[in-house]
Amino acid sequence: MINDAVDLLVVFVLAAFVGFEVISKVPSILHTPLMSGSNAIHGIILVGAMFIASQAEGALQMVLAFVAVFLATLNIVGGVVVTDRMLDMFKGRQQGERKAPPDKADPKP
Amino acid sequence: MIGAVHISPDGLTGIYLLSAICFILALKALSSPRNARYGNLVGVAGMVVAIALTFVVQKPGHDWVIGAGMGLGALVAVPAARKVPMTGMPQMVAIFNGVGGGAAAVISLSEYLHELPLGVPAQKGVEILFALVVGCLSFSGSAVAFAKLQELMTGAPVIYPGQQVVNAIVALAVVALGVTIVVTPHLIAIVLLLVVALVLGAAVVLPVGGADTPVLISLLNSFTGLAVAADGFVLDNMILVVAGTLVGASGGLLTKMMSDAMGRSLPNIILGGFGAAPAGGAEVAPGAEGRSVRSGDATDIGTLLAYSRKVIIVPGYGLAVAQAQHVAVELARALEARGVEVAYAIHPVAGRMPGHMNVLLAEANAPYEDLEEMDQANDEFPSTDVALVVGANDVVNPAARDNPGSPIYGMPILNVDRAANVVFLKRSMRPGFSGVDNALLYDPKTILLFGDAKDSLTRLLAAVKAS
Repeated sequence: MINDAVDLLVVFVLAAFVGFEVISKVPSILHTPLMSGSNAIHGIILVGAMFIASQAEGALQMVLAFVAVFLATLNIVGGVVVTDRMLDMFKGRQQGERKAPPDKADPKP
Repeated sequence: MIGAVHISPDGLTGIYLLSAICFILALKALSSPRNARYGNLVGVAGMVVAIALTFVVQKPGHDWVIGAGMGLGALVAVPAARKVPMTGMPQMVAIFNGVGGGAAAVISLSEYLHELPLGVPAQKGVEILFALVVGCLSFSGSAVAFAKLQELMTGAPVIYPGQQVVNAIVALAVVALGVTIVVTPHLIAIVLLLVVALVLGAAVVLPVGGADTPVLISLLNSFTGLAVAADGFVLDNMILVVAGTLVGASGGLLTKMMSDAMGRSLPNIILGGFGAAPAGGAEVAPGAEGRSVRSGDATDIGTLLAYSRKVIIVPGYGLAVAQAQHVAVELARALEARGVEVAYAIHPVAGRMPGHMNVLLAEANAPYEDLEEMDQANDEFPSTDVALVVGANDVVNPAARDNPGSPIYGMPILNVDRAANVVFLKRSMRPGFSGVDNALLYDPKTILLFGDAKDSLTRLLAAVKAS
């Protein structure tokens, strides 16, 4: 298990670079689906909520753990379903593929 | 038998690596139209692997709490996410992001309570408080953004004198409380911190204008990512650090792209770019009452369209509300059948989320090559006979270009006023989402057709076919 804070810091810095690089160019029509998709991904906090639940002591911590699991599940499930519905709208276009713009295909010099 | 499976903690980290790769691939795929759907699925796969393995490996305890929480969560989330109409998507993203921030905050609070009897070391204290504060900001900020978009409260910026001073004081209070708690751990103080952080999240979002809200949601999404990463440090959990950081970083970049697409800077949006609104708005309104508008009937407008050479349709939120995309495309086909050149001009933030209009028109099978982005459309308006504005307002308001006193000044717009004729299909004279009056409605070359967009388009279609 990585449980050294320095190791985690290395992971953090590398992940930050990957996060920046991986979405370097996004067409504006995909801004919202991408936002929604990454929203679903941070629902992985459910793993943390499960950990809290497993070690909970006493009624208060138990209630907090339940709330955390519930909220995190909302995040994942809602995020995935909403993203899927947004992307569903693109299906029609995929079949047509991108035809070359018919009008004014500007002649290359 | 699950009991027979023994995965060491090292093995768990190895499997988390698999999930991490899935998340990276998911983000990559989500940023290209061709692979976006596949991206969502890969993300789900990464999550299922991480959650299932965590469940198997971690020491068993209170499984019923986990089961009940997940069951109830799924039971609420699936119908909510399925039933909401496409027009309501941005606020759904807001609320599902907010609950993630809430979960991150609750986890750090619970971990704090767990550690408190033994004393909380400073480093862990900082990690916990960071997750708590950022998670709370995201939760209450998203809740206010949801309320604005759902029209539970006004979409216009909420501004009062001295607002930024008040916000700064609340922010300082958060920092001061945080430092106090790290030095001397205390239960009451952390509850107080939680409340103040919630207040700060709401206070920061209140002055943001409705039209800027999607950018703000993206920022809060990035915040939740950071809160999740901080919880990863708190719980020594690699996948939380990786996934949270990926979302934090890519979300930050995405936020910048979105604000660039609107021609606004991020500080401008957050620090109340609409700060000048009350003065400008008040000046326009009285003038508006003196002017008259020209409203036409469907037959006249249908004839105008049928005998034009070139028509550009400008869809907006009203088209989405009325679910009028199919009729709009049908009208375009009818006009094309008569030899009229038709295109759709898509403003990057028309509707309430970027890409809203592309999505709706794609659903109605509008030809991809007829959808024109802002710059391309703006080149064509001067040679256009009729700009047909369907339920859009702010994105075609010339005040954004010409009137430095206007609250929306500086936002790039579609220059429909450069077309020979402008037809507005509107429900009423109500101003757009930003609450700013549109002088173009009173222009002599503008004709208004009042009514529900779908209904109006249906009547126009009949008129075009008849002429």
